Amino acid sequence: MEKVLAGQTVQVDQEGYLIDPNQWNEEIARAIAAEEGIELTPRHMAVVKWIRETALSGKPLSIRTVKKSGVVDIKEFYQLFPGGPLKLSTKIAGVSKPKSCL
Amino acid sequence: MKSLVILGAGTSGTMMASHLSKKLNKEWEIILVDKDEVHYYQPGFLFIPFDMYKEKDVVKCKPDLLPKSVHYIPSKIDRILPEENKVLLEDRVLNYDILIIATGCQIAPEEVEGMKGPLWHKDIFDFYTFQGAVALRDKLRTWKGGKLVIHITEMPIKCPVAPLEFAFLADDYFKKRKMRNKVEIYYVTPLSGAFTKPVSSEKLGYLLKEKGIKMVTDFAIERVDNENKKIIDYGDREVDFDLLVTVPTNMGDECIARSGMGDDLNFVPTDPHTLQSKEYENVFVIGDATDIPASKAGSVAHFEAEILTENILRYIEGKELLPAFDGHANCFIESGNGKALLIDFNYNVEPVEGKFPIPGLGPLALLKESKLNHWGKLAFRWIYWNMLLKGIPIPFVSATMSEKGKKLN
Repeated sequence: MEKVLAGQTVQVDQEGYLIDPNQWNEEIARAIAAEEGIELTPRHMAVVKWIRETALSGKPLSIRTVKKSGVVDIKEFYQLFPGGPLKLSTKIAGVSKPKSCL
Repeated sequence: MKSLVILGAGTSGTMMASHLSKKLNKEWEIILVDKDEVHYYQPGFLFIPFDMYKEKDVVKCKPDLLPKSVHYIPSKIDRILPEENKVLLEDRVLNYDILIIATGCQIAPEEVEGMKGPLWHKDIFDFYTFQGAVALRDKLRTWKGGKLVIHITEMPIKCPVAPLEFAFLADDYFKKRKMRNKVEIYYVTPLSGAFTKPVSSEKLGYLLKEKGIKMVTDFAIERVDNENKKIIDYGDREVDFDLLVTVPTNMGDECIARSGMGDDLNFVPTDPHTLQSKEYENVFVIGDATDIPASKAGSVAHFEAEILTENILRYIEGKELLPAFDGHANCFIESGNGKALLIDFNYNVEPVEGKFPIPGLGPLALLKESKLNHWGKLAFRWIYWNMLLKGIPIPFVSATMSEKGKKLN
């Protein structure tokens, strides 16, 4: 479905994740974050960019890979994206969340 | 004589030995190495805790399942020396022209602090090992009830739907024993829900509600507190339990780490479409041992085996490999009450409704509960031992996923 974020029209799925990661930019990231009640700081953005690069290179995203990233430790990751850090950070990064078979 | 060495005689390794023994000419010797002689029907582990299968239903002797022309070596694998085309075993060295890594994956409960602590196999169980499933069955037979927590440590895991099936079957088991009111069932996952894909969430969300299974999502476990019987996550959330059934971290074999050929979890970097190792052109990887983004499941190994057989023949003939593997998986999912679901999907297409294997006719229904799907799941054990492992094709079921007969948008 179509959605207007930061004045730009993008395609999102039922849960608000971007369908085409190429439609992402930092303004859109800020708009998605605001909807989730998060104001993006430079720390957030550094993590979001790492999440985005990792996901787009086809590598798996998990707490383990974040732990080894060197970009953020797990305690801070939870502080930055409270509740569901992988679910939230992937959404803000314009990539799909980690999924299972179903 | 040329040598093709297969490491691991589980589902993938046995299937590759069966396929290749029919296809390779006499110039080739097929050698298969595995450290233990018992072949487990791993999908059957799910049924053992609920007394639906007995021990004897899930075990056979590995060498008995292999074609006679295959040279079986019972040995531990020390390491692979891929630059030298050698495999070091405990007491000898094997040279290979082609290597197939089929060493699978196993649970690693020691990856989480306190998981393999004083309560391991007393109040904390896995059901991904034969020993774990049997110990859990014995526990459940005398359990008086309380809070049952079914938990996934981290992805990827073998058969990602198994913990959900476990929850459904547990609901059923306690109902039949007239003690469902004495048991609370919690499902704790590091993912965003029990169902993470849109169509599945929409079509199957009712199952959790109907069975009274409570969810805790986005839970990334940090440690197990044995004294207070709690699991604690990195965000300091706590879930207490009376009985914890966990799926620990799944890791590739340690021989992969010793060989320096794996990622953080000892999975071997593999081309997701050709199944060739990303680093060594005469090394191929199949099944749970790979790092490809397909499900770790027997059906995936089955479809991979057909494609890998073709690619190995092409490699021998000096032809280009086919990028044919599409991530195809096909799984029965027990939903309790004598019913099951069936899902069919690949890298790009999520599970949707439809009919399988014959488009429009079925007889099996996709993404819907039915008794026939349950009978399909039970019949599959026979198919596994007698067709799959022997490399006999299953009628109407192709290695790549068919989009026909599916409700795609």
